[in-house]
Amino acid sequence: MANPDSSLRLSAESLALIDVEVAKYPPDQKQSAVMGALRIAQTEKGWLKPDLIEYVADYLGMPAIAAYEVATFYNMYDTQSVGRHKITLCTNLPCTLMGAGELAEHLKNKLGIGFGETTEDGRFTLKEGECMGACGDAPMCLHNNHKMHTHLTPEKVDELLDKLK
Amino acid sequence: MATLNIEIDGRALQVESGDTIMDAANQAGITIPHFCYHKKLSIAANCRMCLVQVEKAPKPLPACATPVTDGMKVYTRSEYAINAQKSVMEFLLINHPLDCPICDQGGECTLQDLAVGYGGSSSRYQEIKRVVRDKNLGPLIATDMTRCIHCSRCVRFGQEIAGVMELGMPGRGEHTEVMPFLESQVASELSGNVIDLCPVGALTSKPFRYTARSWELSRRPSISPHDSLGSNLEVHVKDNKVMRVLPRENEDVNECWLADRDRFSYEGLNTAERLTQPMVKYNGQWMETTWQAALEFVADKLKTIPAEQIGALSTPYRPAEELFLLQKLMRGMGSGNVDHRLRQSDFSLDDKAHGGFWLGMPVTYMSRLNRMLVVGANLRKDHPLMAHRIRESVRWYGELNLINAHEDEFLGKVHAKRIVAPSQLASTLAGVCRALAELKALPVPDIAAHGVADDTARKMADSLSGGETRAVFLGNMAQHHPSYSQIHALAQEVSRLAGASFGVLGEAANSVGAVAVGAIPGCGALGQPALKGLNAQQMLAQPLRAYLLLSVEAELDTHDPVAAIASINAAEFVVMMSPYKGKSLDYADVLLPIAPWTETSGTFVNTEGRVQSFSAVVKPLGETRPAWKVLRVLGNLLGLAGFEHNDSKEVLRDALGDTPLGSVQAFLDNEVSGVKVEPPSPGEGLERVAEVPIYQTDAVVRRSPSLQMTLDASLPVARMNSRLIAKLGLQENGRVSVRQTASALTLKVQRDDFLPDNCVRVPSGHPLTAGLGPMFGPITAEPV
Repeated sequence: MANPDSSLRLSAESLALIDVEVAKYPPDQKQSAVMGALRIAQTEKGWLKPDLIEYVADYLGMPAIAAYEVATFYNMYDTQSVGRHKITLCTNLPCTLMGAGELAEHLKNKLGIGFGETTEDGRFTLKEGECMGACGDAPMCLHNNHKMHTHLTPEKVDELLDKLK
Repeated sequence: MATLNIEIDGRALQVESGDTIMDAANQAGITIPHFCYHKKLSIAANCRMCLVQVEKAPKPLPACATPVTDGMKVYTRSEYAINAQKSVMEFLLINHPLDCPICDQGGECTLQDLAVGYGGSSSRYQEIKRVVRDKNLGPLIATDMTRCIHCSRCVRFGQEIAGVMELGMPGRGEHTEVMPFLESQVASELSGNVIDLCPVGALTSKPFRYTARSWELSRRPSISPHDSLGSNLEVHVKDNKVMRVLPRENEDVNECWLADRDRFSYEGLNTAERLTQPMVKYNGQWMETTWQAALEFVADKLKTIPAEQIGALSTPYRPAEELFLLQKLMRGMGSGNVDHRLRQSDFSLDDKAHGGFWLGMPVTYMSRLNRMLVVGANLRKDHPLMAHRIRESVRWYGELNLINAHEDEFLGKVHAKRIVAPSQLASTLAGVCRALAELKALPVPDIAAHGVADDTARKMADSLSGGETRAVFLGNMAQHHPSYSQIHALAQEVSRLAGASFGVLGEAANSVGAVAVGAIPGCGALGQPALKGLNAQQMLAQPLRAYLLLSVEAELDTHDPVAAIASINAAEFVVMMSPYKGKSLDYADVLLPIAPWTETSGTFVNTEGRVQSFSAVVKPLGETRPAWKVLRVLGNLLGLAGFEHNDSKEVLRDALGDTPLGSVQAFLDNEVSGVKVEPPSPGEGLERVAEVPIYQTDAVVRRSPSLQMTLDASLPVARMNSRLIAKLGLQENGRVSVRQTASALTLKVQRDDFLPDNCVRVPSGHPLTAGLGPMFGPITAEPV
């Protein structure tokens, strides 16, 4: 293994999950599992440090730069450290028509940070997102890549932020 | 394949089904503007410059990625197509800087050229342009990433040709950047090709940077003097100086590629170490003199020494004309002591061979082999572009089997491999030979009687008995090996049993040519009977009274530099013909400045027997003269017959007749007979594994500053596996004292778990390790 740093090593549970992803593809095409593997690695470690990307790439027998290309292409992968709660606000056209612009201003003012930044206490990260495929429920945001909050208003955003400690 | 009728710009064409519009247009000589399309790379269709109008298609289609269909009507120059192309150009120019006046690509830039045809005269874009931080890709490639148009050719080159993806395109949309992972340097030995591939000035040559404009350069054809492929070069010259070297396309040899060694070695031509005046050592003092005086001095001195006490040695990197005259001179004087195989140690095949050893097939066949066995070769470093061809075979589902004493990343799939100590190479091959005979139910050849057919041997035998095109190749390490004759004979048996072609990968640019013109003690030009004499090893094992050295740097070019230097130091008269001064200032008595390949005409015969002649591209530096002229005049001064050549063509005709290609091809033969194979005695103690580093192979490369800064030119280390490190009580990255026949040397320990047990890998051919001893054999290692 190229990287001996044990802090990068993934837990047995994560590796088992990655193996499930790998098993979905022919044995000589392990790198097809890169998206799943990066997602699992990010879930365990919080964000994708370059060394962690290299570890995943080695595990799948692919060039590190190829895994890095994937990690930097999709915006649900975090290649910078993030806070405990990552709020990804959709700013595509339907959401913007339904008031995402005002919501963005509201979030920025309330948290004191811009898009792509993290609050000093490490509690919130604000990200600008792309279409989440539920435009009928616009505007919306995503919390930590998993929980979607729809039909947002500034009040609903305040309520959400208060709940997230 | 079916033939389809299509029409491009009103011209009716017949094309193969499966071709793209771009292929069809190229066949018809119709130019479609493009950036990302390259005939040797996969199709990306991401620049969109080649958009064309296709009848009945609802939108413009990219010509490079659209297959033709029957009856298709394509318009590449219609208003619709031109509008599409102009729109793409406008987008490409939005973020491209207007720095053509200071860009090295200016004048030979695809974007510049196409912008003349498709760009607007002014830009509608008023906003701030994007700026991208430059990347450090090492000493060979300069970057200006703001100029990048994201055609991805360099990325695809790494994946598909170099075999290693060193560059990638992280990011998305306008945040996309071409970069290596984590600021690493590009280490591929083929990396320089991305400079040619880059259609803009994002990747340019670092050594050439800001030294000339492309329109100031004269382009002159030449042949590469390094590896045995004989890559075709286009040498760019300004003010009688070689400014840079680019590939000259030849589909049968180097395609459109060039190894970094061929591309950047020219820097070594312009160093201060060049010898520019004949010099004679007089009372221990070097004095500059005239050619007349120097050559008369040499001739007078040689006349006083018995011919059998004179030895002539050349490197295999010199043109055939020089090697021919060198042996003619020696044989004219009455001695057969002439050789060029300086790194070889087993010469017992000299009376068992039937001709000159060669690749056994045209180089192009190497790209389409189904089954291969390569023995004792450092493929990537010794034969960079032939390794690329083998990788191509492997990509086409070929199976590559390797037997070697060390394992360096091949960058392709290896079917089976066996890494053994050098002393076990022959017996491992005997094992494969036995396995193959058993598999085919044929009698086991006598020479393979001691072989053991283990699982790996059987796997290799199995592989070699399949497929349609098969080949067995011997590499440089096999040829330098003390049991080369046995390895050669066994490989011949393996190829016979497998029905495979058998080839010897030539060590150097003119290894085949040197044998063909008779620069060996066994026979004269084209195998004609000639005076026999001592081989390179015999000449250097015991001191002779005089040595004629043709560009031989004895401390670096020989199998056993310690013995070589001792013998040459003990000689009473040493004549060094070389473009460089170097260490010969210590041991030579006369220094004669001879021309490197750019300053003389000559001929290299590559490993497939291709005879490639070239002309001088610049005038000789100072008093430098072509070596064939020097040897011709020396022949006259010694009163020898047959030295009346007026130009190098006459020398070549003298050597190889009126049809050099035909006579060389007829002379080549890898067959040997009558080799006795003895089972190896189990080795005791440690063995040395030595290879010549890629950028130490010959005098010119050694003096190229940029190549010497690459990772491949790092200082020598002692590599061994972790078991040996533990056994010897050493520390990884600690220091070790190694010793062979002469003084001890302290080196850094590097762990290399791919090495066999009890082997210490120390490169030879490097100034630092010149004091150790022979390339093979026992070595001791102890903690410092």
